[in-house]
Amino acid sequence: MMLIDCPWCGPREQLEFRCGGESHIQRPGPAEEISDETWGNYLFFRDNPKGVHFERWHHLGGCGLWFNVARDTVTHRIYAVYPMDAPKPAIGKD
Amino acid sequence: MYCHGRRHMGRLNYSGWRVFREGLRGQKGWAQAWRNPEPKSHYDVVVIGGGGHGLATAYYLAKTHGIRNVAVIERGWLGGGNTGRNTTVIRSNYYYPASAELYDLSLRLYEGLGKDLNYNVMVSQRGMINIAHSRHDMEVAARAVGAMRLNGIETKMLTPAEIQKRAPILDCSPYARFPVWGGYVQERGGTARHDAIAWGYARAADALGVDIIQQCEVTGFRRDAGGRVTGVETSKGFIGAGKVGMAVAGHSSVIAELAGFRLPVTSYALQAFVSEPVKPVLDTVLMSISSGLYVSQSDKGGLVLGGGLDLFPSYAQRGNVQITRGVLGGMADQFPSLGRVRFVRQWAGIVDVVQDSSPILGETPIPGLYINCGWGTGGFKAIPGGGTMLAHHIATGRPHRIAEPFGLNRFNTGALVDEAAGAGIAH
Repeated sequence: MMLIDCPWCGPREQLEFRCGGESHIQRPGPAEEISDETWGNYLFFRDNPKGVHFERWHHLGGCGLWFNVARDTVTHRIYAVYPMDAPKPAIGKD
Repeated sequence: MYCHGRRHMGRLNYSGWRVFREGLRGQKGWAQAWRNPEPKSHYDVVVIGGGGHGLATAYYLAKTHGIRNVAVIERGWLGGGNTGRNTTVIRSNYYYPASAELYDLSLRLYEGLGKDLNYNVMVSQRGMINIAHSRHDMEVAARAVGAMRLNGIETKMLTPAEIQKRAPILDCSPYARFPVWGGYVQERGGTARHDAIAWGYARAADALGVDIIQQCEVTGFRRDAGGRVTGVETSKGFIGAGKVGMAVAGHSSVIAELAGFRLPVTSYALQAFVSEPVKPVLDTVLMSISSGLYVSQSDKGGLVLGGGLDLFPSYAQRGNVQITRGVLGGMADQFPSLGRVRFVRQWAGIVDVVQDSSPILGETPIPGLYINCGWGTGGFKAIPGGGTMLAHHIATGRPHRIAEPFGLNRFNTGALVDEAAGAGIAH
């Protein structure tokens, strides 16, 4: 169980949230000019690190806000909560 | 194939007679089931991952293809990952013909595995019943049964009365929280002893000359100028290899990153639960289409339960309490007489989930490196088939006919085998 710090509502339990998967994925294009390989990589291939993962979360059972989280996939420690349009924060190893 | 144990190191077969004789001799005649060798400097094939799929791959390389200069390297201990963390269910009730062929090959191999390995893997074909809780569930069930029968997988629809007769403890009353509208059964489905699958394959592979090297973690790959894999760097030093296979389930992306490619895989935690032993109350496997709960009773009497995924990426082999609450609450609702049963263990395995819920079998972008992954929540039932497919591809350089639809390139061609929609797999 995690406590997630919703930027609008503050800390709430994980039960209220849904994970939306990897963040910062850029849609390639224009569609008619890209290869099947590029398109398949965009649709299906994912970073799946054992360590810090940059991912989207949705406060489904709360305010409905989408936001980004940098979270360790082993310890579930949350390093950063940041807006959807912000770049990946630098997460130091500690 | 029954007696290959005699051919190597003078090992004797396991049999009822041996159990009887050792009983009289104070159990002093049992030998080590497999060796614990130091790695050689080079093997024809190195298989990464000492779970069911990796050990089965090594066994079929040695037995079917005669490639015996093989090592299985395992970071932890044999079967300590998902092979020892599942709910031991075997079945082949899949939707698409390609999946049906793959999973039914696995089930057929399971049916003969005890004799093949000379190891009691405790296959129990007690039937796998999927329960429908609404008119819509019934439509899904009828569609699934129709597809399975076309695929040659014998399944049949059950009425609520038939289900109640086969599972008297299931609440089939009109006022049940999850009312039972009917369901379907695959009679050949059931359970097998998961540890015995790992140990049986390990012993049989070792008897054919395979080196099983535990507590040996892969830390990198060595490649030649042409990019071809020439071996693996490990915590026990460099091990050269003609070819490398990887069968590491939830850690596939980690190994792929070491080799320098990405996979269409996300790792999630899947929980399972075992209760205190109770008297025999359930002699089949029940799965609830709506709630995703599945339950069977082990030979020791413990109720073995599973449910849905913890739906965020995780490499932590533990689960979250809301899923626990959902699974156990679902059980208490559907089996009111079990509402006060205490649970003794809970754990999670890290499963490798792919968008179309079908496995990835065959070549990787790295020449000489072959893959078996993407089984997601259903890898245990697929062990004999998955091992057969990976061994075939490594030995012949070509995919097995049955494995052809499951190549990594399907994510770029778009030819998915979408069991996520077809079989209604719960993620």
